Amino acid sequence: MSPDDSPVSQVELDDAFLAALLDDDAADLYENAPCAYISASVDGTILKVNATFLAWTGYTRNDVLFARRFQDLLVVGDRIFYETHVSPMLHLQGLVREVAADLVLADGQRLPILMNVVLGRDEQGRPTRVRIALFDATERRSYERELLAARKRAEESEARARDLALTLQSTFLPPDMPIVAGLELGAAYRPAGDGSEVGGDFYDFFETGPNVWGVVLGDVCGKGAAAAVVTALVRYTVRAEAARAPSPGSVLGAVHQAMNRSYPDRFCTALFLEIDLDRRLLTVASGGHHLPVRRSRDGRFDRLGRPGSVLGILDSPFVFDAPVTLAPGDTIVLFTDGVTEAQRDGDLFEEDRLRTIIERTSTMSAVEVADAIVSAALDFGGGESRDDMAVVVIRLPSDSSGG
Amino acid sequence: MFVHGFGCDQHMWRFVAPAFADRYRIVLLDLVGAGGSDLTAYDPDRYAQLEGYATDVIEVMEALDLDDVVIVGHSVSAMIGVLAALGAPDRVSALALVAPSPRYIDDGEYIGGFSEADILGLLDSLDSNYLGWSQAMAPVIVGNDDRPELGAELTASFCRTDPEIQKRFARATFLSDHRRLLPEISVPTLILQCVDDPIAPTQVGEYVHAQIAGSRLVRLRATGHCPNLSAPTETAAAIAAFVDDLRP
Repeated sequence: MSPDDSPVSQVELDDAFLAALLDDDAADLYENAPCAYISASVDGTILKVNATFLAWTGYTRNDVLFARRFQDLLVVGDRIFYETHVSPMLHLQGLVREVAADLVLADGQRLPILMNVVLGRDEQGRPTRVRIALFDATERRSYERELLAARKRAEESEARARDLALTLQSTFLPPDMPIVAGLELGAAYRPAGDGSEVGGDFYDFFETGPNVWGVVLGDVCGKGAAAAVVTALVRYTVRAEAARAPSPGSVLGAVHQAMNRSYPDRFCTALFLEIDLDRRLLTVASGGHHLPVRRSRDGRFDRLGRPGSVLGILDSPFVFDAPVTLAPGDTIVLFTDGVTEAQRDGDLFEEDRLRTIIERTSTMSAVEVADAIVSAALDFGGGESRDDMAVVVIRLPSDSSGG
Repeated sequence: MFVHGFGCDQHMWRFVAPAFADRYRIVLLDLVGAGGSDLTAYDPDRYAQLEGYATDVIEVMEALDLDDVVIVGHSVSAMIGVLAALGAPDRVSALALVAPSPRYIDDGEYIGGFSEADILGLLDSLDSNYLGWSQAMAPVIVGNDDRPELGAELTASFCRTDPEIQKRFARATFLSDHRRLLPEISVPTLILQCVDDPIAPTQVGEYVHAQIAGSRLVRLRATGHCPNLSAPTETAAAIAAFVDDLRP
């Protein structure tokens, strides 16, 4: 391409260069630069300013030269920031960039600015002067304020959501263990992650008849508000049905039907246990949930009940009532899969480790056993819980007379 | 033992501390939340008051099993030094307070220099200036460097830390009131007062001097709040004259 074909010819460029050279003499470049300049002594005393500075601030040279320190023109909060942050950085690094501050103008108004500050040194390295360039940041600052406000709102709503989750979660867990003569009850719960989301695990204890107690523990699929409404339905259905249904299996059958009616796309697993203290008889029903583990006084372990189908999926679920005779010293542990599926390097916590903890804690109270299981699973997973963990421990005291 | 103030980290002492290295054991530290400290060690409750920082200073003296310690505290760490001296009287033998203030907010006849609204303004200023801060820019540990100026690559990390920690430290600093502790100080105490210090004005230095019996007030020619950086030679000489006097 020859010069003659280019949109701007070489001759035109040369002319423009000469014109720029003539217009932009050094003094004019300084005085009317598109930023304000200040030259100051090391302590900030203003020695020289450009015309842009005077135009922006409304000060005259008499107002500021040798009379004011630059930092004294800042609002108080920014002055503290200048003394505690900018000045040290300046002495240590020689320059500070993009510091936001508000300048107090001659009429008392404020001008949001961004500043770059450079420290000049003599040949011996001693600081000699400070040069400051100021940029009008009015619009940027209002945008940044909006961003800050938006971030604060986001943080607040995050905190509110977490509080809400914790409050909601606490309604799925009884606040206190009932005190039952001849029965020791304990439970522990640990939410997944930081607990900011409502999990699907729940448990409950309640009396279903004279000296007959119901214990439910379950895990609704999913998390958050969608899981929470299902958990609420399951808990209330269990409570309502336990009073009138003929057996634990039929209580879980009613839960299945309620879920199919209201939330056909959701499912859950649950255990329902009925403890008849007078007859020392336990009836276990499982809707697709891990069977409870029992440790007998002589140290033997067994699983109680028969596996059944997950609730809310099949057209005709199968849930069995399995009777178990209780003996003094029996410890029965119900747990959710957050415990047994706690992971370390692809290795799972599993029921064997759970049994080891139950073995080790055989002299502790039911609550201590429940806490020990959750802590062990949590430690196993490196202190982090990927899923909620719920544990219920039921123990018949060794000296129980059995009524 | 040199303890830095609000704003930066132990680099504040890089032009002063070396002047003592030939005849004293020098201990420098970054307060939790500043410089190369472990940010995960920051506990909002522990550090809501200056006592938390003073406990750390005492724990450092215990860990190093130091006694006969001169604490040189700048700015807010002058009061952290006062708290540490009262908390560990068997270890601290003298205090050098650089630009101290026991209370920043005016209170009746006492002039601290600030109002509560000013301190809220500082919190705004911290907000505006930490917009660009992110965890990725968390401070790196800076090695000793002979150059008078730190490299530009440190610009992002130096004097910067988690904005929430800075704001909490600002509150713990500027809303504190330790005036009642000053008369309890019985160790030899030096007060260094700068000219035109907007953070710790002259009348505050005089107040501290009047409240600590037997204290020595030295008026530096240095201006501003950071004589350890702006006038390190004068600052080191004033501290040296004081500590060398303590020797038998």
